[in-house]
Amino acid sequence: MNIKIQGGRVIDPASQLDQITDLYISDGKIAAIGQAPAGFNADQTIDASNQVVSPGLIDLCAHVREPGYTRKGNINTETAAAAAGGITTLCTPPNSKPIADTTAVVDLIQDRAREAGNARILPMGALTQGLAGEQLSPMHGLSQAGCIAFTNMRQPVKNSLVLTRCLEYAATHDLLVIFQAEDAGLAAGGAMHEDTTCTRLGLNGIPETAETIEVARCLLLIEQTGVRAHFGQLSCERSVKMVMDARDRGLQVTADIAIQNLLLTDENVNGFDPNFHLIPPLRSQLDRAGLRQALLSDGFQAICSDHQPHETAAKQAPFAATEPGMTGLETLLSLSLILVEQELISLPQMLSKLTCGPAEVLGIESGQIAEGMPADLCIFDPQAEWSLTPETSRSAGQNTPFMGHTLKGQVSHTLLDGEVVFRLG
Amino acid sequence: MFEQQDPNQIQLNSEGQLKHFLTTEGLSRELLSEILDTADSFVDMSAQQVKKVPLLRGKTVVNLFFEASTRTASTFELAAKRLSADVLNLNISTSSTAKGETLRDTLMTMEAMHSDMFVVRHSDSGAQHYIAENVTPNVAVINAGDGRHAHPTQAMLDMLTIRQHKGDFSPLKVAIVGDILHSRVARSQIHALRTLGAAEVRVIAPHTLLPRHIEALGVQVYTDMKQGLKDVDVVMMLRLQRERMLSALLPSEAEFYKLYGLSEDKLQHAHPDAIVMHPGPINRGVEIESAVADGPRSLILNQVTNGIAVRMAVMSMSMSGQTTEAARRAEQHASRTE
Repeated sequence: MNIKIQGGRVIDPASQLDQITDLYISDGKIAAIGQAPAGFNADQTIDASNQVVSPGLIDLCAHVREPGYTRKGNINTETAAAAAGGITTLCTPPNSKPIADTTAVVDLIQDRAREAGNARILPMGALTQGLAGEQLSPMHGLSQAGCIAFTNMRQPVKNSLVLTRCLEYAATHDLLVIFQAEDAGLAAGGAMHEDTTCTRLGLNGIPETAETIEVARCLLLIEQTGVRAHFGQLSCERSVKMVMDARDRGLQVTADIAIQNLLLTDENVNGFDPNFHLIPPLRSQLDRAGLRQALLSDGFQAICSDHQPHETAAKQAPFAATEPGMTGLETLLSLSLILVEQELISLPQMLSKLTCGPAEVLGIESGQIAEGMPADLCIFDPQAEWSLTPETSRSAGQNTPFMGHTLKGQVSHTLLDGEVVFRLG
Repeated sequence: MFEQQDPNQIQLNSEGQLKHFLTTEGLSRELLSEILDTADSFVDMSAQQVKKVPLLRGKTVVNLFFEASTRTASTFELAAKRLSADVLNLNISTSSTAKGETLRDTLMTMEAMHSDMFVVRHSDSGAQHYIAENVTPNVAVINAGDGRHAHPTQAMLDMLTIRQHKGDFSPLKVAIVGDILHSRVARSQIHALRTLGAAEVRVIAPHTLLPRHIEALGVQVYTDMKQGLKDVDVVMMLRLQRERMLSALLPSEAEFYKLYGLSEDKLQHAHPDAIVMHPGPINRGVEIESAVADGPRSLILNQVTNGIAVRMAVMSMSMSGQTTEAARRAEQHASRTE
């Protein structure tokens, strides 16, 4: 199968390519940029004029709810949502039921992803068995089975000695550990950022220290053990400063930020809309400014969706009684384009946070447009307006405050290994 | 990105009249005064031989209590009956939700009974906002306490009690004492006092019982009783729940009482004419000394009496606001179909 993508603005942040040109795809790989390879006959031509051709997006955190929580979504629906959002690779957290701490679960997830054929899933494995924070998971075996990284998510590893052992063991096998930093005691029962809005609404707060204390502990242990480490979905200005300081000391630690924390604040919770019930919570304006600033510095090289689909009933209750999280796969690109429109970062810089940036975090050869690379591509019109509606949403979850909002930046095609897995219309 | 509109506008109909009563926050001074004036007229009526008016005749009021309550539930019931409504009392903390029914399902079941008003108490902050957003039009929602968020009828009966004894709010210094952190009463009192123009609102508590940035609500924070009570005209005590001792918020009841319990001794620091209030039920010897609770400055029982009048006021006003809105909707519908 030969595909020619014609006349698009090809942006490859990794090689700093940004020009209107043609792409030639053959056997699932990028065969050439600009000039057709000798004897190339296109079976299909995609007109990309007035559109951007970018590497397929890589999302460092997206819940697909399978196995175990298929009332909220499944691998088929959620990878279809990813494809519609231009995302070709997504990392899934290990809190499925059963938990991804055995190769059987990891195999199942990957098999189901292959069957669905919409996007690549890179499962994260549990750092400790059952995420219980007590016993090391078989990290080496899980990594052989395909786990891209290990995390205990927001489940506490209370005993610092156990956490040290986990990191030492991961370092032994050069495995990536991802922290979603949260101190269980300080965050217990919390529903939103602890500040003025929280006080007014009478909700249980999650103080900034719930994140910063755990970031501090993790940074010290990362330094001691030398493990490859990454922080997922940081929400506080102080946390990003601590990570920056650590990087200044030479620690090779990276971090990502969820797009919603770059756009919204705790004030959005005013009115008790459960769609703003998120963990990590939306923080203060100061925090948001700090996160946006961090995006401009090294190490903060990824924006993720933190996609968490829910069944309708999970959000039909008073704020704190609802389940936290919002969907985000279909809106990740459009929402990230807002950062470009607000002139925080350029379009190629922004795309780097969704492509080669996360690829570098994971240490995978992906997120680039280069000859010989798998043809994972996202073609989108950055000016086209659209809105996500309950009817058009491909995710099983419709829990996003952006439902019905007019957004800019519509994906027209998504290619995975040279195959069109999404086409608009 | 999102239009920040005042979420408390949900309480008002298109003419600015009350149609739900969820919080004292965001309501105008005129509207709060109207509630007090209306309540005043019901206070007079309650002293008469015939204690009923037909304002809610033919209407069905459902008291939905998801949390236990004695005085609030019974005064709401009495208020509804004095307005001639039919009243259904449901104590849900012991029924459906224990069987796993969601709030939404309970609500839809009650709506199917063609109720006209829900009086709701719920342990989740914002539950009544959720209900008000999801009820069918023309059904009024009255908040009888949600989580730590608001208890607006309690605050308004406190305001009525203060006005009866002090008249004008503008010269008043008011201290709210005790567990501010968990108190929906305190939050509603603060908003009401600020809107009604009280000169100074103070909160007095140890830091473990103060929510973060409470000063943003326009109050002065004190951690010392004597300093905090100095020259105040009104002392509003809050109930301290015993389980707070278990959650590492306080070392012991005895130490709390010693530092923050309202005794005759500490009350000396207040203005000589200071009045003492408490939403009840009181814990004698935990937050208040019996001599103070039963003493001449205590208005604790007046508060209960005023509770009926205030609840009659907000119920009749909200029902009237709903009726006005329904008429307007019917008018619009008629003009569209013409």
